[in-house]
Amino acid sequence: MNIVVCVKYVPDAQADRTFNASDNTTDRANVDGLLSELDEYAVEEALKIVEAGEGEVTVLTVGPDQASDAIKKALQMGADKGVHVNDDAIHGSDALATSLVLAEAIKKIGMPDLVVTGMASTDGTMGVVPIMLAERLGVPAVTFASELTVSGSGVSARRDGDAASLTIEAGLPALVSVTDQINEPRYPSFKGIMAAKKKPVENWTLADLGIDASAVGLGNAWTKVEAVAARPPRAVGTIVKDEGDGGAKLAGFLAERKFI
Amino acid sequence: MAEVLVLVDHVDGACRKTTSELLTIARRLGEPSAVFVGSGFDAAKETLAAFGAEKVYRADAAALTDYLVVPQAELLAHLVEKVSPAAVLVASSAEGKEIAARLAVKIGSGLITDAVDVQSDGAGGVATTQTAFAGGYTVKATVTKGVPVIAVKPNSAAPEAVSGAAADEAVDFTPSALASGARISAVKPRERTGRPELTEAAIVVSGGRGTGGDFSKVEAFADSLGAAVGASRAAVDAGWYPHTSQVGQTGKQVSPQLYVACGISGAIQHRAGMQTSKTIIAINKDEEAPIFELVDFGVVGDLFNVLPQATSEVTARKG
Repeated sequence: MNIVVCVKYVPDAQADRTFNASDNTTDRANVDGLLSELDEYAVEEALKIVEAGEGEVTVLTVGPDQASDAIKKALQMGADKGVHVNDDAIHGSDALATSLVLAEAIKKIGMPDLVVTGMASTDGTMGVVPIMLAERLGVPAVTFASELTVSGSGVSARRDGDAASLTIEAGLPALVSVTDQINEPRYPSFKGIMAAKKKPVENWTLADLGIDASAVGLGNAWTKVEAVAARPPRAVGTIVKDEGDGGAKLAGFLAERKFI
Repeated sequence: MAEVLVLVDHVDGACRKTTSELLTIARRLGEPSAVFVGSGFDAAKETLAAFGAEKVYRADAAALTDYLVVPQAELLAHLVEKVSPAAVLVASSAEGKEIAARLAVKIGSGLITDAVDVQSDGAGGVATTQTAFAGGYTVKATVTKGVPVIAVKPNSAAPEAVSGAAADEAVDFTPSALASGARISAVKPRERTGRPELTEAAIVVSGGRGTGGDFSKVEAFADSLGAAVGASRAAVDAGWYPHTSQVGQTGKQVSPQLYVACGISGAIQHRAGMQTSKTIIAINKDEEAPIFELVDFGVVGDLFNVLPQATSEVTARKG
């Protein structure tokens, strides 16, 4: 079974993330980046599936030069090869354009049995690129999988909704997005780190994918960020030490604010 | 005036609160037309009329309800072509966002999700507000191509009652073969707690590592306030509370009037899910816990002492 895992290089959520003042895009240069934590679950799930049978895992990313770090991490975990789509014209692309680039790259790699993604990125957090990608590839989507079973002909997943837990089934090829409930991602071993250095990574531009620059990028996005503003810091609150009356004081605060 | 399509979020005709909020927002942009998929229309009609739906497009073929997302997206795409609306509004739930995303690709339109405010931009377009980077930033955006498709978070507007005709029109529509590609093969309903829905609740009380797995005091306090119960990722990962109750980056993002964090340290992943709450209270044994940077009121103490006292005090005051 051949699998393509889509991953994203994102600014570290622990750092002070910000926007570029000039064009309101995410600042990816002045904030340390890494493989999106939620994509580690996708890499892990793909590796488990292939290890239980046969086939290979290709890791795909769209991003600037530094995004090669995200591929490197996935290769260290055990993925077989990487594809990095990198083109200045992609800067500022929204979800619609990103899904277009990913779809064309997957077609060029060759449609795999499974496309696996994380549930959302940790920077944009919309969580819509996986379903857009399925729409563009014309394959069934099994999203937000918290448990996954793969057979030779299809997939079955548990999707936890608000009202019910659903079992979703689809035939192959299919796209699956996984939650952080599905597995425990492995740490790269020393052997994995050494082996990753010899694994092949292809670098593609928009021209390699036959995508016109006018279909992507900030100026051609379907949406426009008009303004960004840091949220004003919250006013310093009242903090009391519980000396046997903490609960009563809390209730007093609730009454003062008219919650009771 | 152009129509604004609102996808009704309901369970067998019982409309979620977001539906009345979406209809209220729709009136700012044009004439609200509800889109009702599934059974129970008679039960929903009254609510839709009470919040200003002039028309209701409805489709209840089994093919539309046995599969997730695709049939609804295709139906909306069909209606967009038919009525050329000013915008399409859906609830920003996991499923709502996916419907919106597929629709946006199908009709070549810009998509905004997680909107906390939606207004007319005064020029026939739509101006939205979202939060970014764990609630640290506020972002204002517009849709520049196509019919704006906007997924709106719960509690983004106060529902305004305005009567509408709610004239219903059955839509004859058959989804494509792709719609049946992913099939719901089993449904295991969740146990009902009787508490409000986490994302819609006015008050949320959450427990974390500090509960040590015992949520009874958290639940009792929540019940005294009529609140929903949430949990931190640490509590969910430990198996103490279901993932569907997780508040944070990989769980629910909530923005209630009041959020009470009990035994939760306040890591960035948790803050991402609750930082935009109007009033925040925390109870934690560790006075250095980062959650105290966010609070309006904090108690440094053991939740097993503080919560029961607060619960009986609240119950007494409510009489």
